[in-house]
Parts: sequence; C-alpha cells; structure tokens
Amino acid sequence: MNCEAWQDKIDAFVDSELPADEARGFDEHLRGCQACSSETLARQRLKAETRLAGQRFAPSAEFEHRLRLRYVPKRVNMMIWLPALASAAAVLLVMVVVGLGWRDRALQQQVVAQLVDQHVATLASANPVDVVSTDSHTVKPWFSGKVPFSVDIPNLHGTQFELIGGRVTYLQQAPAAQLIFAVRKHRISVFIMRERGAVSALGSDGAPVRRTGFTTQTWVEDGIRYFAVSDVNADDIRQLCDLLKQSSRS
Amino acid sequence: MPMLRRLYNLARWLARDESEAEDLVQETYARALKGFGSFQLGTNFAAWIFRILRNTFMTLHSGPRMAPHLSVDEEGGEELLPSAAGTPESILITASTQQQIQAALERLPVIYREVILLCDVEEMRYRDIAELLNVPIGTVMSRLARARRSLRGMLAEERLRI
Repeated sequence: MNCEAWQDKIDAFVDSELPADEARGFDEHLRGCQACSSETLARQRLKAETRLAGQRFAPSAEFEHRLRLRYVPKRVNMMIWLPALASAAAVLLVMVVVGLGWRDRALQQQVVAQLVDQHVATLASANPVDVVSTDSHTVKPWFSGKVPFSVDIPNLHGTQFELIGGRVTYLQQAPAAQLIFAVRKHRISVFIMRERGAVSALGSDGAPVRRTGFTTQTWVEDGIRYFAVSDVNADDIRQLCDLLKQSSRS
Repeated sequence: MPMLRRLYNLARWLARDESEAEDLVQETYARALKGFGSFQLGTNFAAWIFRILRNTFMTLHSGPRMAPHLSVDEEGGEELLPSAAGTPESILITASTQQQIQAALERLPVIYREVILLCDVEEMRYRDIAELLNVPIGTVMSRLARARRSLRGMLAEERLRI
C-alpha cells in the first residue's frame, strides 16, 4: 500500500477501527513515513483533547432531583406493585400445591402398588396365612405382641364373607396385619397398620376404587389405616369394609 | 439515574440550551421506559438510549432550524467551514485549549458535531454509530473525516488570529 492509501486509513487507525492485520501494516508504514506519523500523532492528540473538551456539561442538582422524583421508585410506589406481587405469590402457591399434589399422587401410587403386590404375593404363596383360622377369637389374640395395635375381627356370621386367617407383613418399614377373607371363590386382603409416613399418602376414607383389575378401599380410624384389596367387585369390598368399620367402633 | 451525565452532556451539545436539554433528557427517559421492551439484552445500552435521545431531538427539531444541516450534501461540494487541510497547521497542530475546541464544536453543523461526540467523546464504534444514526458505516467515516477537517481548520484559524 502506498502512502496516499495509508493516509485514508489514519482516522480508522486513530479510532482503533482498523482490522488487526491492517493495523500492523500501518504501524510498519509509520516507522518509515515522517508525514504519516506526524499526521497520525496530530489526530490522536486532537481526539484526546476533544474527548476532554466534549465532556463539558453536567446536569444541575435541581434537575437531577426533579428526575429522581419522577422516575426513581419510592416506597409509596410499592402500591403499584402490590397487585403484581399478589398474583406472583398466588402463582407460586398454586405451583407449590400442584407440586405437592404431584408428589403425593406419586407416593400414593407407590404405596397402593406395594399393597396390591403384597396381596397377589400372599395368594400365590404356598402358605398364604400364618394363622389359619375362621375363628376371630383365635386370630385377634394371635396378632397381639406382633403388631403395635389391636386387630378387631368383624363378626361375619350370616354374611357371605369368611375369615381365612391372618399374617404379619411389613409395609414402609413398619409391621402390618394382613387379614385374608374369602367371598365365594375370591380372596380379599385387608391390611391394617399405623397411619404414619408414606401410608398417609393413601388419602382418607373413600369409596371403592377400581385400579388395574383390583378393587381397593381405604380409610383411617383412630390412627389406624385400613386398606382392602381384591379382584371382587366394588359392592363386595364395600360390604366387608362396612363390617370392619362396625367392629372397630364397637 | 442511569447514564444521566452522559445523556445530559449529549443533549446539551445537541440542544445548546439548558432548558431545552433538560426537556430532551426527560423525554428520553420517558420514551426509554415506555420502549424498554425494544431493548435487546446484550446489545449496547448506551447506543440504544443515545438513539432515543437523538431521535427525540430530531423530531423536536424537524422544523426549519434543522433543515439546512440535514440537507448538507455530504459527498463532495465545497467545505462549509474553513479547512486546514494542506496547511502547515494540519500537521503541526499544537495543543488547543479546551475552550477553543468547545467553541469550534459549537460552530460545527449538528450532524458533524454529533458524530464527533459519539466517536471521540462517547468512544462508540463506527458500527454502533452507523446503527444509531441509521446511515451506512461509510457515511459515518466520511462525516467524521469532514468534521475533523473543519474542526482543525477552525482551531488553526484561531491560532493565526492570536
């Protein structure tokens, strides 16, 4: 590049706008060119002086104060934000509730699955029950000392239900009583356990629920959780549950 | 207030009157708050708000006062102001006083004054200035060159007078 071409680049060089390779070339040219180097020096000096001279005006304190009053939020202006804050809080609350709901439902499904599995496993087992008795007066004392609550056996006389027996099982790291009843050719498991921990996720007293081929019904009474599961229909489950509720209350 | 000093300085250079500059700054803040959604994070905030200030100034001064400056033929034509190009002063420019430079800046037509302020005082990149003024980079460079020539001419004249 000849000297004239470089002269057109002086402003860009002074403003640091030359690409790196051109800036290097320009540097080399300056070392050998007196005219360009003094011109560059002059423009650099003018730029520096202009920078200082250009910072000339400052706003008056009075004007700055006026602007602040107008644009800087004061405490009073919080009123404007209150509705926004309230709705943000509401959204947060809904998210928390929904989140907890999701977590509870997941936990509930987990506990139900465990109980249903237990019911199926018991029926498949060669020795489904630990105490084989149709007599409630045999089964009830058998549980004492094995589970930390008393197990009331309903009076099934004159009903379609028959007590097969009972066994102790462990659910959520706590002992639970499992009663097995027969209705026609079907089996119904009733789990009885303390209402604590994850078991609470099962929810409160509800009507029979049909899930994946099984009918379940659960309720809580005096801190004791009852959970009935079987492949029978909802009416049978409800009947047996009503009998159990009566016996625990009497 | 963010940027207040820089905004006010620029406004004062453009408006050249205290109350007008204050109105300009106030209007700039109002428009900036209203249009904050148009600011893209990560881009140059100073350039964005200077652009608002400059556009506000232009709309307020779209009357006859601005017209002569805006109609300046940038490419070619005769120099509006004395040029020192080719004189010994252009090379051996010695330190001018701040007052001399300020006086010379005031005499510059506004489109040359603003480009000097944005480039030399605010130290903005050509690219950002081009975007702010809504002109090609080449125009920014030619305006700068011409503004600097005029500035040096005026400063040289000043020294000859002494």
